[in-house]
Amino acid sequence: MSDTPITYVRDTMLPQKAPPTSEIGPVRWVRENLFSSPMNAILTILSLYIVYTVISHVGPWLINGIWDADSLTECREIIAASGDGHHSAACFGVITARWHQLVFGYYPSELYWRPVLALLVFFVGIAPVLFPSLPRKLFIVSMIAPFLCFWLLWGGSIWLPISIALGFGVGVVAFKLLSASASSLVAIIGAIVLPLIYWLYLSGPLASGLASIVPLGIEFVPSRSFGGFMLSIVIGLSAIVISLPLGILLALGRQSDLFIIKTCAVVFIEVIRGVPLIVWLFTAQLLLNYFLPPGSNFDLTLRVIIMVTLFASAYIAEVVRGGLAALPKGQYEGGDSLGLNYWQSMQLIILPQALKISIPGIVNTFIGLFKDTTLVVFIGLFDPLGIASAIRATTEWNGIYWELFLFIGIMFFISCFSMGRYSLYLEKKLQREHR
Amino acid sequence: MVELTQERAVDRSQMQVSDEVAIEIRNMNKWYGTFHVLRDINLTVQRGERIVICGPSGSGKSTLIRCINRLEEHQAGDIIVDGTELSSDLKNIDKIRSEVGMCFQHFNLFPHLTILENCTLAPIWVRNTPKKEAEEIAMHFLEKVKIPDQAHKYPGMLSGGQQQRVAIARSLCMKPRIMLFDEPTSALDPEMIKEVLDTMIELAEEGMTMLCVTHEMGFAQAVANRVIFMDQGQIVEQNEPTEFFNNPQSERTQLFLSQIIGH
Repeated sequence: MSDTPITYVRDTMLPQKAPPTSEIGPVRWVRENLFSSPMNAILTILSLYIVYTVISHVGPWLINGIWDADSLTECREIIAASGDGHHSAACFGVITARWHQLVFGYYPSELYWRPVLALLVFFVGIAPVLFPSLPRKLFIVSMIAPFLCFWLLWGGSIWLPISIALGFGVGVVAFKLLSASASSLVAIIGAIVLPLIYWLYLSGPLASGLASIVPLGIEFVPSRSFGGFMLSIVIGLSAIVISLPLGILLALGRQSDLFIIKTCAVVFIEVIRGVPLIVWLFTAQLLLNYFLPPGSNFDLTLRVIIMVTLFASAYIAEVVRGGLAALPKGQYEGGDSLGLNYWQSMQLIILPQALKISIPGIVNTFIGLFKDTTLVVFIGLFDPLGIASAIRATTEWNGIYWELFLFIGIMFFISCFSMGRYSLYLEKKLQREHR
Repeated sequence: MVELTQERAVDRSQMQVSDEVAIEIRNMNKWYGTFHVLRDINLTVQRGERIVICGPSGSGKSTLIRCINRLEEHQAGDIIVDGTELSSDLKNIDKIRSEVGMCFQHFNLFPHLTILENCTLAPIWVRNTPKKEAEEIAMHFLEKVKIPDQAHKYPGMLSGGQQQRVAIARSLCMKPRIMLFDEPTSALDPEMIKEVLDTMIELAEEGMTMLCVTHEMGFAQAVANRVIFMDQGQIVEQNEPTEFFNNPQSERTQLFLSQIIGH
């Protein structure tokens, strides 16, 4: 040790060399991930065997599937005729024959364009919210879209959605007038109560009055004709779109310094969250009539939408509250010290950051909510599962299970998976601002 | 700390104190629950005064300046800022806050907005300045704090000293008549303290009314015209800086000064 000289000077610089082949590319990946130890090698081989077994059983069933049969009996005859009788095959004929029911329920077939158009209108309306790079003027479409969708789906006189839309105008005007003369709490209460009074007692007569003067409308489709994925999408999307702003307001209410607002928000959230959704759906079906003014015949689908929305908004409120709580107090103080008022600092500083934190939770709630729409089958609405039971009750398709449920499962998976992907896209896009 | 004055000659020509009262605090008291944090504070600040407030931690110095723009509520006594009395009236509070700039220990920049957006936010929304004009004002002040080239970056990409200078520029964009500084250099590396202090000295040279809670005694000697020492929620001693540092009267002040300058 003591003999080694300490001084050392390098006289030639080493050139770059390629790494050994076993350390790069797919060879390395396989070695590291699949065969890194004897135990892992055994597990890999075992897993491959299981995957093979599943595919070898399900694969032929899927590939040999019969698409052009009008009944289960016919389908079984085709299978028996085609093979040696041993191998199985799926009867996808049920989907070719009944897809329109699975998608549209009992909606009149000559009017299928209306829900499709409504969905398009919805996407155009939601686009400026989802993709901030689009021009701001599209927000006008976003404001009209809900009423247009409502009118396209249910049809009837055009004056009904217009008179309902006017209620929001009443709210805005009430808020502006009251906040100029009275305190902000009075203005908020006025902006909620006055439109409610308008909707309960004035909007109906106004709409029918206008309709009798200028009858403009399209064919009315009752709620009981709604079914299949259309029903799931109508309930799911309405609930998603309304529950987000409602949930944000509830979360802010829960953080409020105003005792009454805080108490209302806490009680609402805890009561709604503490009771199963199915109970609320039964409430919507049976009990809601007691609370509404006598004589008003409120559509069951609308009642379900309201209940699902309230239910989701309680969850969203808690998710958003988590986001609000994660922000340092300095952000609130930064906004306050610049003279921004409460709503400005919420809108410009607090919510953009809190919502960003809450995106995974919010989308998670939305996915859960969309799948929970299948619960409406228990109160007699024909969601995809309800339609599937109805199809299985017919003589043609009595006894079919897998094919229908597979189809429904795939449809739900596609919707929920795309929501999850969108949330990832959004998170990545907003990543740049991370400290 | 003291080298600062030697490195940079401070131009005192503009630093004139007028007779006009900028802030008046009368018999102000504040409690956190039952804990009496501020006791009988009386303080009058003339327009153009540069006041440095120092004292041990927990002495209530931050709380005092946070009461001036109502980030903290006082329970007794009066605070009058620019002739407007602070009460629970929200409109008065927002008005005072837009007239009084504040810089925090942890900057409190908005991480989701660029530097420029941080600076234009309040002018656009509170003062209704057109966006283009607000951006011009913002660039003017960013040049003043010497970071115009960072305007389109996000706060997270800047160093602490740069962030604090942005925070100062952000407050200045509201054209405040009074600036409050709450330990603006306490969270910074020693190298960055100087760039922030230089910016603050420049501000003082232009005649800004300033209240600074800070432990930078060099800064106090260079620009302050009054140093206030606080302990246990009370103003223990106040004097002009040379007298304060060379000839402290109270025993508590002497002990404090010997501890921060002694080592």
